[in-house]
Amino acid sequence: MKKIKIFVLAEVREEYIHPVSFELLHWGRKLLWNSPGEVVALVLGATLRSTLEELIAYGGDRVEFFTHPNLSVFDAQTHAQVLLPFLREEKPDIILAAATVRGRALMPYLAAQLQTGLTADCTDLALEVKTGLLLQKRPAIGGNVLATIKTPHHRPQMSTIRPRLQKPLPRDERRTGVITIHRLESCPVPRVKRLCLEKKETSTLLEDQELIIAGGRGLKHPKNFALLFEIAHLLHGAVGASRVAVDMGWVSYPHQVGLSGKTVSPKIYLAVGISGAVQHLSGVMNAETIIAINKDPQAPIFRVADFGAIGDALEILPHLYRKLKARNDHAVQES
Amino acid sequence: MKVGVLVKQVPGSDRVKIDRKTGKMHREEMEAVPNPKDLYAIEAALRIKETLPGVEAVAISMGPLRAREVLEEAIAMGCDRGVLVSDPALSGSDTWVTAYVLARLVQKYESFTLLLAGERSTDGETGQVGPELAALLDIPVVTSVSAISEITPTTLTVKRELEEGIETISVTLPAVIAVTKAVAEPRLPTLGGKKRARASSIPVFTLKDLGLQKEEVGLPGSPTRVTQVFYPTFLRQTQMVDEKDPERVAEWLIRLLETKGIL
Repeated sequence: MKKIKIFVLAEVREEYIHPVSFELLHWGRKLLWNSPGEVVALVLGATLRSTLEELIAYGGDRVEFFTHPNLSVFDAQTHAQVLLPFLREEKPDIILAAATVRGRALMPYLAAQLQTGLTADCTDLALEVKTGLLLQKRPAIGGNVLATIKTPHHRPQMSTIRPRLQKPLPRDERRTGVITIHRLESCPVPRVKRLCLEKKETSTLLEDQELIIAGGRGLKHPKNFALLFEIAHLLHGAVGASRVAVDMGWVSYPHQVGLSGKTVSPKIYLAVGISGAVQHLSGVMNAETIIAINKDPQAPIFRVADFGAIGDALEILPHLYRKLKARNDHAVQES
Repeated sequence: MKVGVLVKQVPGSDRVKIDRKTGKMHREEMEAVPNPKDLYAIEAALRIKETLPGVEAVAISMGPLRAREVLEEAIAMGCDRGVLVSDPALSGSDTWVTAYVLARLVQKYESFTLLLAGERSTDGETGQVGPELAALLDIPVVTSVSAISEITPTTLTVKRELEEGIETISVTLPAVIAVTKAVAEPRLPTLGGKKRARASSIPVFTLKDLGLQKEEVGLPGSPTRVTQVFYPTFLRQTQMVDEKDPERVAEWLIRLLETKGIL
């Protein structure tokens, strides 16, 4: 049986290997479940504050680190120029990267130069039993359907994968692998230069919340989102939204959950007045518990929810707010 | 200085007919609108035109003949002209082929100092054509650009929204820049603009004009194949609460959150 060579592009952010890289290693291992082969992590950077051994502990068989001072800024062109000769020599069957700003710029740059296909934003991957081809699933057409996409004749087969759909494998320090450091003697000068970086506060990330209360078309007005924010505050959670709500301007884009927004994996996802288009559901399926409230008993959200109530969000939310507020005021008095 | 804007016509609604076998959209039969995210790229081009003297803004599209509508919209907003690549053989092209065809157009007929694109289309939602085009032209690409702060004939200073923060970077031109909605609120077409759009002739480039063969493009030339289109089933066992009174539903919710350890 032919060995399958799977490359994953580790995501390096500000000199650290971002954990999404470990998710990619897990995807790679999952694909190899039944077949012989290897999972190889590619890392690029000027200096690195994470240890490369981590990539072995999380499922890599081999790590290839390319380092040069010119690789300190993320520039798709320079990164591709460094990787291309190596890729042409190694001829991987599959290359995976995270569907992040970096992955979504570098992967198409590489794919175009390798003259091969790339599937964006995959939500699931598998190997076809008969052919060994990579089956790439992704939501399509405004996220109303899922499509399976193959790259039958071109190599490598390339996909970017939505973060947070797969947890990393448990860290295993006993795993062994080969780490090679390529200290590049020459490296093209990037035509992109970083002047400064304003860091975001990471604690406010929607992706990191335990509870998300999300609103959609059923909320009808920005003022009802204000109420949602109050409720989220009382529940120590955050506010999410469907694409419709964002497109209507009721709430800002960073709150958007779904294919065209964020993928979240909270303990509780409370969907209020959201019908549940595939494009939205693709972003919430990793929630531990989904609770849905919708007027329409036929709304697709009820097929994916763990708990559901049929009712008008606009009638229920004010009651919920008052009750939570009363509880909270009471607790404050007691203390 | 010539600034190109990549624009695309997309279905006006999510109800699109698709061929279940080929995954091809029936683009001919549906209501079509300019890809909403491309309007931000057009606006960015128009602001550059207003900032620097001697800038020509050119909208470029590949699609069926009716895609001239999206170019007319771009002209009505203020672009100087539009260029359409259209050929029946192009139907079914994936992002690689689209970038390949556009690269050929740029190399053969139009050279640009700057190419602007929207973040992604609302139909394919890949956002790949911009970076792929940059790769084929061997020029830099910067995606997720939320602001263009400075432009000279040789460099551009932009803000790039990374996951960990907002980076200010300068990029040497020529380059491809993909902008987000934050870049600038698109203006509406003016009456004069609309008149100008109707009066302008939009050249159409065919495969022959670009020196391309049928086998290189469309479905035959595309590395990727849609092999199946299906309605997903993300089924979970749902427990529905049998309660109609809104206040009772709120109480049920609170109890549920308590059992889940949130309250």
